[in-house]
Amino acid sequence: MNPFTTHTGMVAPLRRSNVDTDQIIPKQFLKRIERTGFGQFLFYDWRFNENGLPNSDFVLNQPPYNHATILIAGPNFGCGSSREHAPWALMDFGFRVIIAPSFADIFYNNCFQNGLLPLTLEDPDINRLFDLTTRSREWALTVNLEEQTVKSADGQFESHFDIHPERREKLLRGLDPIGETLLFTSAIGAYEKYHAVPLVPSSL
Amino acid sequence: MATLFEKIWDNHLVREETAGQSTLLYIDRHYIHEVTSPQAFSGLRETGRKVRRPDLTVAVMDHNVPTSDRTLPIKDEIARRQIEQLAKNCQEFDVPLLDLHHPDQGIVHIIGPELGLTQPGMTIVCGDSHTSTHGAFGSLAFGIGTSEVEHVLATQTLWQARPKTMEVRFVGSRPFGTTAKDMILALIRQIGIAGATGHVIEYTGAAVTALSMEERMTLCNMSIEAGARAGMVSPDHVTIDYLQSRPYVPQGAQFESARKQWLELATDPGSVFDRVVEVDIRQLAPMVTWGTNPEMSAPITESVPDPALETDPDRADTMRRALAYMGLTPGIPLNQIPVQRVFVGSCTNGRLDDLRRAASIIKGQRVAAGVRAMVVPGSGRVKRSAEEEGLDSVFKDAGFEWREPGCSMCLGMNEDILEPGERAASTSNRNFEGRQGRGGRTHLVSPEMAAAAAITGHLVDVRALGLEVRS
Ligand code: SF4
Repeated sequence: MNPFTTHTGMVAPLRRSNVDTDQIIPKQFLKRIERTGFGQFLFYDWRFNENGLPNSDFVLNQPPYNHATILIAGPNFGCGSSREHAPWALMDFGFRVIIAPSFADIFYNNCFQNGLLPLTLEDPDINRLFDLTTRSREWALTVNLEEQTVKSADGQFESHFDIHPERREKLLRGLDPIGETLLFTSAIGAYEKYHAVPLVPSSL
Repeated sequence: MATLFEKIWDNHLVREETAGQSTLLYIDRHYIHEVTSPQAFSGLRETGRKVRRPDLTVAVMDHNVPTSDRTLPIKDEIARRQIEQLAKNCQEFDVPLLDLHHPDQGIVHIIGPELGLTQPGMTIVCGDSHTSTHGAFGSLAFGIGTSEVEHVLATQTLWQARPKTMEVRFVGSRPFGTTAKDMILALIRQIGIAGATGHVIEYTGAAVTALSMEERMTLCNMSIEAGARAGMVSPDHVTIDYLQSRPYVPQGAQFESARKQWLELATDPGSVFDRVVEVDIRQLAPMVTWGTNPEMSAPITESVPDPALETDPDRADTMRRALAYMGLTPGIPLNQIPVQRVFVGSCTNGRLDDLRRAASIIKGQRVAAGVRAMVVPGSGRVKRSAEEEGLDSVFKDAGFEWREPGCSMCLGMNEDILEPGERAASTSNRNFEGRQGRGGRTHLVSPEMAAAAAITGHLVDVRALGLEVRS
């Protein structure tokens, strides 16, 4: 996983609550066995009409929002299905940061596994961001994970965000989580010695 | 004094939480399916890692599989590739697999419990949010993403921050004609779809102890729809009775000692939860959803709500969007909404008991003209048992399709989908936009209510049909 330290990019507003992972990446695109190539299907049912043509009403089809790398959304973003295809699709489309008042647990966790930063801000900050990005489309933010700040170049917005130190550390260093855990192999082995688990027969 | 959750958590610490690091939790059972695992196995392959404990892992094909004649080749090329990939991965990494032709194949959250692979006190994960189902046995079971699937495959552990605990106490006893599905929909309506975020729920109260294992699974299944990490019920004699006859549960003296340990897991009286929510079910009525997420529900006796009466502008906006998608006008009685499709199945309501309940309504009736109704049994075992009881004939005689086991129209990855604008009464768990097919409109209901909708052609209060309803 690539480390995440700072990111500067254009912002797109998605003013909806409870955006579920079925919307982020609809089920018909979950059949691929790779981690890549999901960006073209991001928000498919919202981005494309039934005839497959782009829906010009949808924010990510409106230039320059289609080049945004930071997404702002309403509360409980990423609820529903556990599909990690959701962060894969967001990243493949170009997003590096999602800002929302709150996230659903599994999605939140999945983002960190992929170096996508889910960042929570309070409602007043979110509302100001919605206003600012809607008013001026070519509007960029800089997210600094080390300092835990979000700032706009024009000085109109500045805020601090909270993040669990362990999560922050892992993103900053871009660690291979499995490699890290394997350092504890002997502890896992020791645990297994006294903890018996009913086995699954090898042929069911 | 400890809760069920605390006992299981404390029993699975490979490494306790330190200042800079969360807990390393041991995982006893890892269920795998074809959709969320291929990238995890590729990851192992790329790094030259192995599956640490294939003997604690079980794979099954369920999400993507056709529910039509299985002797025919799978038409969908990409689906076929994904299904074949699971078989290849399981062979290469020695993981036990229930493939498409295995007699016990079925939905992962149905086969685990019915085979006895899910047991009290276990930590259980799967790359699937409805893993919460297994909590009905008094296990700690939760959904994970594909990177974590790879992590569990390689290490049999997960780094976890300790979740908070929430007691959901049902007050009163369940009225006639209502089900576990109505109880959970009522909870989600009360606390909202993010109401339990960050929490593990334990369901308590006399109404919960009175539920069968099948019903407890329905209850725990939809915990995720309230945003919870997991849902659980303390093990008791109902749990023990269910497990006794399961194929992969220890037998004889071993069972006796397991039974004792399982019962000891139950939450001790007087234990403290981080949060307590009471749900009064004394007036509970059969519930239906009217919107595009599971909190947008109401008793069947009510009408489609009016966004104009909602004071919070964001909520009003969400309601308006949902009603537009659902093609519903505020004020129409819910029991007048016509349906074109009926789906009985899924990990929420695709077990034998659910099929029996639906069949008790259907018996001797006919599916209404213009309605396409299908039953998709949750597993091969469910299907065989139902056929032994003659339930298949009850459904088929009424005009239902009787299909092969799988997730089917719950998420519509195969060809079982709604057409744009089609409206369904569905026993599944999610009514999100497009979940059952692009433009499709889903009303979540209990199996009894789905059956009643099939024979009347519209949503209807099953209690008003004058048919026999099991209490
Ligand atoms: S039946 Fe539906 S909810 Fe259950 S595992 Fe399958 S797709 Fe998921």
